[in-house]
Amino acid sequence: MDDFIAARSQMALSLGFHIIFSCIGMVMPFFMAVSHWYWLKTNKIVYKNVTKAWSQGVAIFFATGAVSGTVLSFELGLLWPKFMNHAGPIFGMPFSLEGTAFFIEAIALGFFLYGWDRFNPWFHWVTGVIVGISGLVSGILVVAANAWMNSPSGFDYVNGQYINIDPIKAMFNDAWFSQALHMSIAAFAATGFAVAGVHAIMILKHKNVEFHTKSFKIAAVFGCIAALLQPLSGDLSAKYVARTQPAKLAAMEAHFHTEKSASLLIGGIPDTKNKRVDYGLKLPGLLSFMAHGNFDAEVTGLDQIPIQNQPPIAITHYAFQIMVGLGMLMMALSGLYFLALWKYRNWLSSRWLLNLFAVATPAGFIAVEAGWTVTEVGRQPWIIQGIMRTADAVTPMPGIIYSFYLYTGVYVSLALVVIFMLYRQIRMVGKLYDLPATSNQLVH
Amino acid sequence: MLYVVIGYLWAAILLYLLLGGADFGAGIIEFFTSEANQSRTQKTLYRAIGPIWEANHMWLIITVVILFVGFPAIYATMSVYLHIPLTIMLLGIIARGTAFAFRHYDAVVDDMQGLYNRIFVYSSFITPLFLGIIAGSSVSSHIDPMATTFLDAYVYSWLDWFSVSVGLFTVTICGYLAAIYLIGETASHGERQRFMRKARFMNLAAVGCGALVFVAAYAEGIPLFNWVFGNWIGLTAISAATLSLVLMWYLLVKGKRYIVRVLAGFQITMILLVTTIHHFPNIVLLKNGGYLSLLEHRGHDKTIESLGTALLLGSVFILPALFYLIYSFQKKAHAPLKQNF
Repeated sequence: MDDFIAARSQMALSLGFHIIFSCIGMVMPFFMAVSHWYWLKTNKIVYKNVTKAWSQGVAIFFATGAVSGTVLSFELGLLWPKFMNHAGPIFGMPFSLEGTAFFIEAIALGFFLYGWDRFNPWFHWVTGVIVGISGLVSGILVVAANAWMNSPSGFDYVNGQYINIDPIKAMFNDAWFSQALHMSIAAFAATGFAVAGVHAIMILKHKNVEFHTKSFKIAAVFGCIAALLQPLSGDLSAKYVARTQPAKLAAMEAHFHTEKSASLLIGGIPDTKNKRVDYGLKLPGLLSFMAHGNFDAEVTGLDQIPIQNQPPIAITHYAFQIMVGLGMLMMALSGLYFLALWKYRNWLSSRWLLNLFAVATPAGFIAVEAGWTVTEVGRQPWIIQGIMRTADAVTPMPGIIYSFYLYTGVYVSLALVVIFMLYRQIRMVGKLYDLPATSNQLVH
Repeated sequence: MLYVVIGYLWAAILLYLLLGGADFGAGIIEFFTSEANQSRTQKTLYRAIGPIWEANHMWLIITVVILFVGFPAIYATMSVYLHIPLTIMLLGIIARGTAFAFRHYDAVVDDMQGLYNRIFVYSSFITPLFLGIIAGSSVSSHIDPMATTFLDAYVYSWLDWFSVSVGLFTVTICGYLAAIYLIGETASHGERQRFMRKARFMNLAAVGCGALVFVAAYAEGIPLFNWVFGNWIGLTAISAATLSLVLMWYLLVKGKRYIVRVLAGFQITMILLVTTIHHFPNIVLLKNGGYLSLLEHRGHDKTIESLGTALLLGSVFILPALFYLIYSFQKKAHAPLKQNF
């Protein structure tokens, strides 16, 4: 592995690690706000217990997300100094605002976590909601910065110089809305399914059934609504990518030859040497429709992209298939769940439905990782689409491979500790959280 | 607007040094606490920094964002030549933040606590040490863009007696700030006496390490003495800091617990002032006599304009909320819990 690949791997690892924690940190406050609201409204102690148990878990995830995010703000410079030297002043606006949003999130979290029984209950509830809203805003801002790399705007690139810089225009680049929408919904779907899955497992084990049933329902409703909405935002993203990053779309679909009425490829093994795909299922005309809203439209293939500007085809294609496939499965499960809520209430307590949710626990997060792989690998060889190559941005310092090993060790052990702690949290629910009203003040 | 941004940069560094510093210092104090007193210290410490520790570390992020948006060449140069100490500092930040959260939120209290404690304490030492090393190497003139070997470019840029002394000095300052802060955070007399002793020890250590910085500077040929005492601002600031130190100890012995924080903060502010004002607007000095200047190596006007606006706008939201957070927990920390059920 050379230093360039090591730097890219380290960045991928750090982002892939951080995204899980930031999704949870950004979405869980909304789940907690719902259970907290039920507690304040109904005075049923189980809702307070759910809120507290979740908030303990969130504190762990939030701290891990905060430090891994701090690391990223340095890594951008440590690994890609030439990129930051030119891009910082152009796409920095969302980061400047994100600083504020994240600061507010940290302050509100302080109020929320340490404020039980210390403040007016509704003030306390509002601080929880502020945690969620400012987290979501931070997420949207960071995605807007990433969108700029896909869709650079707000400057003119003349003879290697970046002139006429407009940071506001850069922030509201063409891709920001579709990407931010897609990611925000994805965060809700992934977190919803993960949380619902964990609680489903506990219900299946007959542990603290009421507690876990209440928790399951809140998470499942959020996750399922998001999963059903996601194809709409996905469609928006696909059309956007087709217009501005044809190479990425071609790699996603392993679309080697430019053609009219292009067919949508499902699965398949791309053979880059012979420029064909083996074994895939082809749905005629559908790719043209998805990309341009017209079954006869022409879709640019990889044959129109100079070889040195093509992204890695196989990785992009497989990642896209994984994302879409899991998205479809989650949609189907969401359909079943709402059907159960609407017509077949007896399904809700059936083992098969809970089993399906248990199996789907990691589905959303795998889809999120796959989706980011499509975005990032699909943009290669560019770090700023069409302007700067990733290879030209990397740090001149040799030996990045060791840094990559170091970070891998740190993140793997951190992930193990977090999983271990989460396991302990869940196992202790009966002793620490699911308590009758009288003994509740033991929990702090 | 450029000066607004520079003001924010300086203020963010100062606040990180004060608030983040006291936060690191809490771990350093724990390091110097005997096992018998450890769990009591941990409780005081948790009550004191628990609600605000994440906010304290936001100042570092603000500093970094101001640098990479407003002064990208400075950020990029430091990232390249100080890659190694920055990476070690980051590992310290990861270890410390997670260990602090884990030891409180772990649902089961068992042997793992010992591991979290150890990680927390060691990383509380390592992180400010390397922050200080980074600060020292930015003015040690050892960063060499012309260097041809790995050692010259990426190791000797920061590994020298001067930078390491600045690192140690930073560690002692953090411990000192934490001790002074914690004196006001405990209701027990014995505990307070213990933190007083810690404060005295850290104060002496800081003076010792400060002297070491001057010796190391002399040995490395860095005209630190001239930077600090060569102009009236430096002289005034150092005299004021020394006076406030004397006053602070007088008040501490008298039993004043809160005003002394302001005086300790003032001393640190003066130290940061004298060490930055001499080279202003240059913040990184290079080996070949070159420098990176806040005025010359800044982003485009429009960038500075929008960055300044974002910072001003942010302050309107952040500062009142932050003060209310600190105020609430200061006021309510010792008050009995209201029961709502």
